[in-house]
Amino acid sequence: MLRIADKMFNSRLFTGTGKFSHPELMESALVGSGSELVTVALKRVNVNNAQDDILAHLKHPHINLLPNTSGVRTAKEAVFAAQLAREALETNWLKLEIHPDPKYLMPDPIETLKAAEELVRLGFVVLPYIHADPVLCKRLEEVGVSAVMPLGSPIGSNKGLKSIDFLEIIIEQSKVPVIIDAGIGSPSDAAKAMEIGADAVLVNTAIAVSDNPVQMARAFKLAVEAGRMAFEAKLAKPVKHAEASSPLTAFLD
Amino acid sequence: MSFENIFRQYSWEEVKASIYSKTAADVESALNKPQRDLEDFKALVSPAAAPYLEQMAQLSHLLTLQRFGKVIQMYIPLYLSNECQNICTYCGFSVDNKLPRKTLTNMEIMSEVAFIKEMGYDHVLLVSGEAAKTVGVDYFKNVLSLISPHFSNIAMEVQPLDLEEYQELVPLGLHTVLVYQETYHEEDYKKHHPKGKKSNFSYRLETPDRLGKAGVHKIGLGPLLGLEDWRTDCFFTALHLNYLEKLYWKTKYSISFPRLRPFSGGLEPKVDMSDRELVQLICAYRIFNQEVELALSTRESETFRNNVIKLGITSISAGSKTNPGGYTVAKESLEQFEINDERSPAVIADVIRRQGYEPVWKDWDQCLIM
Repeated sequence: MLRIADKMFNSRLFTGTGKFSHPELMESALVGSGSELVTVALKRVNVNNAQDDILAHLKHPHINLLPNTSGVRTAKEAVFAAQLAREALETNWLKLEIHPDPKYLMPDPIETLKAAEELVRLGFVVLPYIHADPVLCKRLEEVGVSAVMPLGSPIGSNKGLKSIDFLEIIIEQSKVPVIIDAGIGSPSDAAKAMEIGADAVLVNTAIAVSDNPVQMARAFKLAVEAGRMAFEAKLAKPVKHAEASSPLTAFLD
Repeated sequence: MSFENIFRQYSWEEVKASIYSKTAADVESALNKPQRDLEDFKALVSPAAAPYLEQMAQLSHLLTLQRFGKVIQMYIPLYLSNECQNICTYCGFSVDNKLPRKTLTNMEIMSEVAFIKEMGYDHVLLVSGEAAKTVGVDYFKNVLSLISPHFSNIAMEVQPLDLEEYQELVPLGLHTVLVYQETYHEEDYKKHHPKGKKSNFSYRLETPDRLGKAGVHKIGLGPLLGLEDWRTDCFFTALHLNYLEKLYWKTKYSISFPRLRPFSGGLEPKVDMSDRELVQLICAYRIFNQEVELALSTRESETFRNNVIKLGITSISAGSKTNPGGYTVAKESLEQFEINDERSPAVIADVIRRQGYEPVWKDWDQCLIM
């Protein structure tokens, strides 16, 4: 099982709530995915309305909400939004997203680090969305975040693990769980992320915009499970050619 | 440095000739690239692209789906005033249109707000003519303070303002400003705007720069289609967008493509744009820029709106009135233009759902503006 802060997770597939064609379809897909941590954009929910279309469809005992700060451009705005999210959604868990660039939604490392430090101090369980930057991950770990969420490729791009070399360094060095977020376009990308040792993945677009989100959610569930099993069983490293005799060291025999 | 410096490097006639000389090979090359530049945009809006419309529509649909998902944002205009000191030859609010004018009071605004909220809206677009003395920045400050507790997202489509004025309005809850250039053809612009502050072409052209500097979250662009050659005007819009995106990289952008509509006492469009051509334009914008928002108003007909939802549009209005007080307090006041699709927001929401999309009413929060 995966532990993040004080919570244990059976499923290593985290999901998002955006881009679905219908709230009921979103609910069926997320339930089918087995996901126990679901991110919700504060800007999309109507916190004063108990019948809010998104929240009403996430009321399942196994689903934990992970509010996100999508839309903020600075640390100051993020801290303010986080406090509102905590009050409105009654959780101190937070996906910290600060992407001032609305075109590629690239996370701002400087503002993210500042906000993370402040939010940890305020008692939040902080999961920051960041570029696949190993040094930034260590810095965030030092200020007390509960996990890091480096991107595989730009949000919504379905391009897969373009940042894999840096993700591998992050996974090797990290003392907190590593959740690969953004860019995972197919179940094979998710399986690959798990095979290289990610603790979890977060998938949204690839499920939401597929022709059959419920079936796609299930495909991701299976892929994440398969990838994790392979990682735990220790994958054999690929070798380019068969082991040759040892012409350079044979004299030692 | 502002957009005017870039703009002055181009000649309308040369751009137009270049668009009309694009070939099928240019169109195919544009369609097959992973990223398109301004030359590709020219090809996509050129007559040579007409036979590729279905292919363009499919690509536009896919690119929009990937970026925005299966959702359409709902918004509605709230006309505050039809007072105006400009002459715009194509607009019902033009000062030479001798009809009684109206500017909403606080009480009237709240009555309109209550009606709009009842329809389900949470994103509102404030609209006015240009009458700086009565409907200037102080009026707008008052309106923003009055209505910001009631809407998650507030946009404005009013006269261009100074940088300092925008800086005052943004913290009061102003998220988006739409400022349409009407036409990038300078001589024609002067013909259509002979009187009033709006006759200053450069001041209007540089408004998006001032908005970028003021830190507004979203800037809306677009020419009025029908005044001049739409292909050339839209090239300049794309050029403007490219320029702004690089400089004001924290800002979102949206484009509208209003076609001239009839109004009391108005002029006939110089250029008629067919439905087929408008679809070509919508797809061309999307294929050129995957991230830009594309907004569709009630200027267009029911059939057209039903069918373009999937083609690249990201936001849509419904149930709109284009006159101040039109929802509740002054239903017969002078309107800006006749709307073409009278269906209610609930009906449009159903149309959207039937196409497999979710109508989104809220996608912003006032807490995100500090």
